[in-house]
Amino acid sequence: MKYQTQKIALAYFAVAMALFAVQVTMGLVLGYIYISPNFLAEILPFNVGRMLHTNSLVVWLLLGFFGAAYYLIPEESEREIHSPMLAYLQLAIFVLGTAGVVVTYLFNLFDGNFVLGNEGREFIEQPRWVKVGIVVAALIFLYNISMTVLAGKKTAITNILLLGLWILSLLFLFAFVNPDNLALDKMYWWYIVHLWVEGTWELVMASILAFLMLKLTGVDREVVEKWLYVIAALALFSGILGTGHHYLWIGTPGYWQWIGSIFSTMEVVPFFAMMSFAFVMVWKGRRDHPNKAALLWSLGCGTLAFFGAGVWGFLHTLHGVNYYTHGTQITAAHGHLAFYGAYVCLNLAIISYAMPVLRGRDPYNQVLNMASFWLMSGGVVFMTFTLTFAGTVQTHLQRVNGEAYMDVQDQLWIFYAMRFGSGVAVVLGAILFIYAVTMPRKEVIERGLETPAE
Amino acid sequence: MTALHSLSFSQVSSGGPGGDAPPASPSAQAPDRPDPFDKLPGEFMMWVLIVSELLVFGAGLVAFLALRITDPTGFAEAQSHLHRVGAGINTIALVTSGWLAALAVQAVEAGRIARMRTLLAPAAALGMVFLVLKASEYADLAAAGISFETHAFFTFHILLTGFHAAHVLAGIVLLALVGILARPRAVETGAAFWHMVDLVWVLLFPVVYLL
Repeated sequence: MKYQTQKIALAYFAVAMALFAVQVTMGLVLGYIYISPNFLAEILPFNVGRMLHTNSLVVWLLLGFFGAAYYLIPEESEREIHSPMLAYLQLAIFVLGTAGVVVTYLFNLFDGNFVLGNEGREFIEQPRWVKVGIVVAALIFLYNISMTVLAGKKTAITNILLLGLWILSLLFLFAFVNPDNLALDKMYWWYIVHLWVEGTWELVMASILAFLMLKLTGVDREVVEKWLYVIAALALFSGILGTGHHYLWIGTPGYWQWIGSIFSTMEVVPFFAMMSFAFVMVWKGRRDHPNKAALLWSLGCGTLAFFGAGVWGFLHTLHGVNYYTHGTQITAAHGHLAFYGAYVCLNLAIISYAMPVLRGRDPYNQVLNMASFWLMSGGVVFMTFTLTFAGTVQTHLQRVNGEAYMDVQDQLWIFYAMRFGSGVAVVLGAILFIYAVTMPRKEVIERGLETPAE
Repeated sequence: MTALHSLSFSQVSSGGPGGDAPPASPSAQAPDRPDPFDKLPGEFMMWVLIVSELLVFGAGLVAFLALRITDPTGFAEAQSHLHRVGAGINTIALVTSGWLAALAVQAVEAGRIARMRTLLAPAAALGMVFLVLKASEYADLAAAGISFETHAFFTFHILLTGFHAAHVLAGIVLLALVGILARPRAVETGAAFWHMVDLVWVLLFPVVYLL
């Protein structure tokens, strides 16, 4: 570790991984409710569990991004972070806000209260005081990293990362726009939900991937930067008007069906570019970096993001298709693989890369970490397939044949049972990952004799 | 083992531990071949944009043609409300403007800045002519009570030509900017965008107005 303030990332990654554990555990509980619907019905209603599952996902991914920024910005801009104290204050605000959210959701406190109560808007349910806290923490973060970058070297990686994080934070301000008209509410709501995951987060993803490729493959910075700019441009070109694929049936004018279908189809392109980028860099690069686990996660990120976000997204994005599949398990299949591939793998890649450095340990051969990749990824991919099949059957029975929702749900039981099994694999994989990056102090498997790579 | 490794940490501290070797030397890389993209005139990113735009307009045209198959008479009836002559004049305006922009590139590459500017100015002015005619067409349609929702034909007509008109406007701004900058690479980039706007119109005109 060249810069002492990179250590800040350790605290962020630790909290992120703790929330990751909470998120997947909650996922497992929800998966069980699907096969035994009265499970915990009195203590933890499904909607509350789902809020915790999705909210903890978003928060831990964001904390991972912040940690990644605190880790890579000193190295890129060749400066210590402007103020470590502010960075820890920012984390403290996030932890407090998260705790507040969990307690508010679990016990349904202050229901209806303007400041303290759950706002009831999917994914941005957070009580207003937490939202204000998020904005304050985001401002602290932006100030801190912008000051660092402004004082130091500006690279394509820091430029795109900052661009992504700035727009991401500004878009969150729409969380305070809550019109009475439900169609308008949804319209602004997507400014956050869509323009994050299919816009600004892609910029963050591309820049973190670029940093990892630079370090792991040793390809010239110039080459990495060219890819990065192209990916960023493609993401914004397709992603901004791609928002239209959420405006198909919410009461917005009909032309959105075509804008949404065409531009969101283009959204496959940046994800394909990111996958190609990762593989081309590995082929071109001649550096034999010992941290194979970080490389595995990076390649897995590009690949699974392309399939989850790109292919599975395209599967139901055309409005003629979506007319039938909207809100079925097809959506759930896409959501799980897209978030896992694009953002979970990305965070686990940078964590796998940074943790050995932050903790002053060798990056061993990280066999446990790599095993966790296959276990977790296998689990999520299996889950994606079971949900896709469930969604296909559901679409036919419910939307084509017109059977009642709950009658159809009964017939999907076998898929939900299989999904629960894959969920167990994911949770075990997550535990194994956390163990692998925190506990072992020496190699689990000794390295064999060196043989020439070619 | 661990001790040995931790010793090596301090030695490669420049790249950070974790085995980061110092930046790979050029010899460690594959031999550099000339990048084929470097041969493109203007900025590379402009070509990324141009290809993306062509994909979007292409997809729009394909969707339009596919829908037309389902309702040929409805599409023909709707099309009869359009000004074909006006659109024809617009085609001449844009193609001429593209020719002027191409001449401007030649001029700036020969170092003749003043000539480049006297060519780009009418190129941009013809873009304005296009927009004025386009606006009058939209105004006539609106006066006839025709909107996005009237028929699938008009949804596409307004989406495709509306998006295109927005690009004409952007192109005029871009031509003005590169005219002021007066660097060959910048003018090439601006002209490349302008030719794309031209090309898209030359595809839209027959498909939307004539077929």
